[in-house]
Amino acid sequence: MIEIKGLTKKYGSFYALKDLNLTIEEGTVFGFVGANGAGKSTTFSILATLLQPTSGEAWINGISISQSPHEVRKQIGYMPDFFGVYDQLKTDEYLDFYGASYGLDAQQRAVLIPKLLDLVNLSNKRNDYVDLLSRGMKQRLCLARALIHDPKVLILDEPASGLDPRARVEMREILRELKAMGKTILISSHILPELAEMCDTLGVIDSGELIAHGSVQSIQEKLQSEKVISVKLTGSFADAVRFFENDPLVSQITEIRERGILQFLYKGTEEDQLALLRKAITVGMPVLAFSEEETDLEDVFMEITKGAGTL
Amino acid sequence: MKELLANPVLVKEIKLRFRNMKSFTGLFFYLLIMGIFVFGFINLTSSISGSGFFRPEESFMLFSMLSYIQLGLILFITPGLTAGSVSSEREKQTLNILLTTAQSSFQIIFGKLLSSIAFLLLLLVSGLPIYSMVFLYGGVSPSQIAIIFLFYFLTLLVIGGLGVMYSTLTRRTIVSMIVTYGTMIFLTAVTGFFLILSVSLSSAAMGTGVSPLSYFWASINPAVVLLTLLEPGFNDEVGQMTGIPLPLWVSYTIFYMLIFVGSIWLSVSKLRVNMNKYR
Ligand SMILES: Nc1ncnc2c1ncn2[C@@H]1O[C@H](COP(=O)(O)OP(=O)(O)OP(=O)(O)O)[C@@H](O)[C@H]1O
Ligand SMILES: [Mg+2]
Repeated sequence: MIEIKGLTKKYGSFYALKDLNLTIEEGTVFGFVGANGAGKSTTFSILATLLQPTSGEAWINGISISQSPHEVRKQIGYMPDFFGVYDQLKTDEYLDFYGASYGLDAQQRAVLIPKLLDLVNLSNKRNDYVDLLSRGMKQRLCLARALIHDPKVLILDEPASGLDPRARVEMREILRELKAMGKTILISSHILPELAEMCDTLGVIDSGELIAHGSVQSIQEKLQSEKVISVKLTGSFADAVRFFENDPLVSQITEIRERGILQFLYKGTEEDQLALLRKAITVGMPVLAFSEEETDLEDVFMEITKGAGTL
Repeated sequence: MKELLANPVLVKEIKLRFRNMKSFTGLFFYLLIMGIFVFGFINLTSSISGSGFFRPEESFMLFSMLSYIQLGLILFITPGLTAGSVSSEREKQTLNILLTTAQSSFQIIFGKLLSSIAFLLLLLVSGLPIYSMVFLYGGVSPSQIAIIFLFYFLTLLVIGGLGVMYSTLTRRTIVSMIVTYGTMIFLTAVTGFFLILSVSLSSAAMGTGVSPLSYFWASINPAVVLLTLLEPGFNDEVGQMTGIPLPLWVSYTIFYMLIFVGSIWLSVSKLRVNMNKYR
């Protein structure tokens, strides 16, 4: 279980992370989504005891990151967004080194390493030099490394970045296995749909602030309160824009002339929507079609982050 | 002791060091320089004296020169081995992961330092057969060699500790290298220069008495201290001139141990960020 209270990181007067409050239950997968520079890596670095927070506190399995960072390190497996490997070290020696770093004895390591390599599908690369592995292989090796001391909590900063579609699927499979093993997993990504599939809860962060948090479904519903409506028209666009602009529930009207439609964001309920349509017809709008656009998680993400970015 | 030597960083670094051809070329050139010097010296002196013999006084001179050459090599090699120990991991982006492991900061620093020291000790030991050439001709006692090796050990420990410290404090290896070599040059050349300056100033002013400041400069200069180890009588002269009876090597040991402890302490406390804002 992870608890974060008022976590803040300031660089000068710039907030890289602002008053983050979160609780992640044991055995669940938490997805952290945000655009570049949103503050995902900042949060993860603090949790991994690599970065000092300006204020706030976090507990990993009840252990405070500021009071006992050394104990926290034993609880977590951390995979940074960018990392390097040692030259002239073979794959199994690489894992052996980190195993020893966590105080595992030679016997334990000898048993564990083949298992881990098998888990991340690198058994055939056992005697290859790590610096010669491909990016995706390094990524998987790094994940195996983060697992070597059997941590209860995994903090994975964009583990799927730079992977090809097939490797992404494989990575997801591995994470599913880890979840089945009862691990608490924190994972970040720019790509919301990728996370939605395997996460129990999601957090959307923008400019250092958590702007949405909850189950995948609740995040989706957040958009439902603001749907995209398309109106197909035959007549003058200018008249239509003027008409819809008058409705307080409508925002961000865009004309898509090539398709002959007008699109806008709509905040109202279904009854409001009905009333709007009725009114449009009563005043003589040449409405051919009036429909709700299908939205996917990607749009949710774009929508949520756009709003917060301009505030 | 076993605990300390089972240090993962130490084991890994030694493994990597001996997998690297550079280490062997380094060792080769080290021995080559020493070897060329010894044989050159023996040939030269025996041909100048014309006797074809090599006398004990000459043997002692050879020993002294050999000791200085070895000191020079140690002073020159140690910064190169240690000044990148932590910063190179930062540059290669392996440091973050290392710092999230369960190893203590002391273990990491200790492993880094010891792996470099181990290589330097290997250099020293592999040079011993060349030293034994000197024994063959007499004029030097084994205890003197032991003392000089202890002196080397202390010196490389301190320069190594400083290298690791600068490497921990600076982000870039190149900066750390420059600062470590700079410190080494300060301890040898700059203190030497100040020593000469203060000795000549005070002798010009007062004729005989030499200011205690000269004692200070002399006591932190490895070359001067090595001289007193080779010629113990020199200590008495220094004592008479400066009025400080303490042999130079005692002050040297104290001063260098302080630097060593300070640099290790600083490295250990600065390696990781302080997670506690209130401390
Ligand atoms: N050392 C630093 N000094 C000043 N600003 C910094 C520093 N480190 C990070 N930042 C800023 O903090 C913000 C958050 O960065 P962070 O790396 O957490 O973003 P991120 O969400 O991980 O982005 P990405 O998706 O690109 O990885 C960025 O605006 C970044 O410029
Ligand atoms: Mg990042």
